[in-house]
Amino acid sequence: MTGKTSLAIETRDLSKRFGDVRANDQISLRVKAGTVHGIVGENGAGKSTLLKMLFGFYAPNSGDILVNGEHVSFVNPADAMARGVGMVHQHFMLVEPFTVLENIILGAEGSHNLDQAKAKARAALVELEEKFGFDLPLDEPVEHLAVGVRQRAEILKALYKGAEILILDEPTAVLTPQECEQLFALVKLLKEQGKTILFVTHKLHEIMAVTDDVTVIRAGKLVARRVTAQTSSAELAELMVGSVVVREVAREKHADDAERLILSGVSCFNSQGQKALKAVSFEVRDGEVLGIAGVAGNGQTELLEVVTGLRQISDGEIRFAGETTNSPSHMQDPIALRRMGMAHVAEDRLKTGVVETMSARENIILGYQREPDFSAHGVLKLKDIADRAEDYFESQDVRPRNPGLNIGSFSGGNQQKIVIAREIARSPQLLVIGQPTRGVDIGAVTKIHDQITELRNAGKALLVVSADLDELLAISDRIAVMCEGEIIGTMPTEEADEKTLGLMMAGQRQSNDSVSAIPTSSNDGASTLPASSQEAS
Amino acid sequence: MAFTAQKMPWWADGILLPILNLCAAFVVSGLVVLAMGESPIEVLSLLIEGAFGFEEGISYTFYYATNFIFTGLAVSLAFHAGHFNIGGEGQAMIGGLGLTFAVFLVGDFSPVVSVLAAIVGSALFGAAWAYIPAYLQAKRGSHIVITTIMFNFIASALLAYFLVGPLQRPGGQMPESADFPEAASLMGIHELLAGIGINFEEGPMNVSLLIALVCAVGVWFLLWRTRFGYELRVVGQNPEAARFGGISVSKMTIMAMMISGALAGLMGLNELLGDQHRLVGGFTQGYGFVGIAVAFMGRNHPIGIVIASLLFGALYQGGSEIGFEISTITNDVIVMVQGLVILFAGAMPYLFKGMLAKIFALSRRNAVGEGETK
Repeated sequence: MTGKTSLAIETRDLSKRFGDVRANDQISLRVKAGTVHGIVGENGAGKSTLLKMLFGFYAPNSGDILVNGEHVSFVNPADAMARGVGMVHQHFMLVEPFTVLENIILGAEGSHNLDQAKAKARAALVELEEKFGFDLPLDEPVEHLAVGVRQRAEILKALYKGAEILILDEPTAVLTPQECEQLFALVKLLKEQGKTILFVTHKLHEIMAVTDDVTVIRAGKLVARRVTAQTSSAELAELMVGSVVVREVAREKHADDAERLILSGVSCFNSQGQKALKAVSFEVRDGEVLGIAGVAGNGQTELLEVVTGLRQISDGEIRFAGETTNSPSHMQDPIALRRMGMAHVAEDRLKTGVVETMSARENIILGYQREPDFSAHGVLKLKDIADRAEDYFESQDVRPRNPGLNIGSFSGGNQQKIVIAREIARSPQLLVIGQPTRGVDIGAVTKIHDQITELRNAGKALLVVSADLDELLAISDRIAVMCEGEIIGTMPTEEADEKTLGLMMAGQRQSNDSVSAIPTSSNDGASTLPASSQEAS
Repeated sequence: MAFTAQKMPWWADGILLPILNLCAAFVVSGLVVLAMGESPIEVLSLLIEGAFGFEEGISYTFYYATNFIFTGLAVSLAFHAGHFNIGGEGQAMIGGLGLTFAVFLVGDFSPVVSVLAAIVGSALFGAAWAYIPAYLQAKRGSHIVITTIMFNFIASALLAYFLVGPLQRPGGQMPESADFPEAASLMGIHELLAGIGINFEEGPMNVSLLIALVCAVGVWFLLWRTRFGYELRVVGQNPEAARFGGISVSKMTIMAMMISGALAGLMGLNELLGDQHRLVGGFTQGYGFVGIAVAFMGRNHPIGIVIASLLFGALYQGGSEIGFEISTITNDVIVMVQGLVILFAGAMPYLFKGMLAKIFALSRRNAVGEGETK
């Protein structure tokens, strides 16, 4: 403790709750002035919530924020800016048709006469640009600029508004490698000029490259503070993903491992037209849980979509229950897939899995509305649907016990219980689950995990995508790690440890044998596995 | 906490709020009437008297209301699928054109055949006219609000072309068709009532009112009792979830818009088959647009739409009567009152929602407080 004055930002036991979820739990952050401070954590760990409190978007439930040693309580971002805290958001806050100059003075025009304001700003900006080595086309509309240049415009905007402390939220998420290098150089220059930078990312090599200190956040809690020079990406990876929880679920071995789902060389594009999956191959057998690990945004969403008939693949083949269900020329729709015995618990419940504004009763038929027990001759069987909803609520112990309520008014855990009840009701042969326990309270987590294991023990195939490594280690038979649209490796859970997985999630390919085809939980499965890495190359 | 505070009982949202909006419109209208040196109370009583005070007035009120039920249902059905159909006016015009073709095609064979042909013709043409913007939205991403607005103008021009061209009354100079064949006529409600021994003054109210009510029930059944309606609402509320549920969003957009267009097209039954007995240029009179206000005021529920239609019918009929009694209250004033009702009830339906929600939150807190002290 070298005295509070040397801290640019300090938080003391800062907490923020959303409903039952503790997004930030007593976080005490200490950022030294004039340093680059990294904040690292998985998606959903609570980084964004923390930043939003530092920048005045959210008010904390409890705890204090100190800027340069003084207590502050920001009501809005303008307050934060007045204190010299500037933020560059992951998604830029720029008006695209406006020029760089117009964007920079937006909200700080200082005059009703725009020409005057611009002239004044231009003079100040030229000075700033010289100091920090910027070379921005001030009169070019932002929409004509490359992403990296836009980001520099955002940084210049913050500097122009007097930022002494700059928060960069996932600044490299949208940048090319070359642009990243430029950004790192700029960050170093800013530090030399006395600015304090808070660099938030989930990419470990960036932390190692640019930061002086690093804070690790996990599940809303601050788990470690390190001096970057005295740590390693391996240690950070381990801290970031946490330690293994002992598996308590009883598992039965299966001998009848028919290949239920086979992906061979599957590639696809995302909605922005970028390659999202690159020659992905794996198989899921009856009676096993295949977990897909990876930092969010590395192709897991698209993987779920191509398997469940929501996105057509551009290359390769997906076979389910012996039939080709997705190929560049043909795709089975979700209803056909459900009838073939596939069920899908969507990863983004409110966006995709349910209709928030409809009752739970109406939601339990989504995807199954054309099945004869829910409708006949085009007319809904309301009585049967209501009875079924009662059953689901009973068996899953959903609270409150009122299927007439809009599903949006249930807690996340209860929503998920309803969704899972809907999907397992027809005893599917394959259950595809995205983020089984995201936004779910602790009590429901155990129940959901138990149900997954029960299905596995009943000989069903399960494909589970989760950002929570502990969860995957607890419920999977095998774990495949995805990074940038590729399967980096697959290993039996027994051989997986969080450190190896963490490094694989960060994109480091493992050279040892455990990466390629290793038999599943069964004893004789060695022969027929299409080894993922071989198939891909 | 703030989220739950927004919740109100259904009747507050569904009944109290529209009444508040209506009152606001009447208060502003009253101020204008006052500024003109007339008594707002007198004007209001004349309006009510004109709409409901005598049998012919009632007949006209329900006659106008029939138009609004059709166009209001049309707007609401598209709305449930997540689309804003501004093209009810044009769809009604083209529906009228289809109706005209149909009745001339079947000629003077039998009234039943003529009426069925008129229903099919108007619905089919209305649906076809809505299909084009719907297709452009579903397959090409052209915004349906823009295209349906523009299609109103095209419809108007198309109707004018037929009425000064192929369909014009032989030897006539007006933009209107020849009279429909005798069989192509809908029975007046007064005739119907006379049939069961009730004496009701003659008026334009006709059997299409019953058809409109059947449509209202049909729309309700379709939306909340059928699989199609379920899928339609899922698309409207959450297209992503619809895709997840295996529902084709583009197909549903097209289907919903076609049904919407068919409902708007049916408006011609009332105006043309029930009253005018010929195709007249501009017969839609803006009823298609008023349908938007009706749908909003009726909270997109068929029951609400029927009630809102009746209100607008009364405004149209009652308003036209005032001019006879008070010379300073010209038709312009009536149009203003209608405009204000549309403004408050249609364009700003949630003006008082925040206030009302606060009152409810407050009263709930008080109730809880009292409960605790006891």
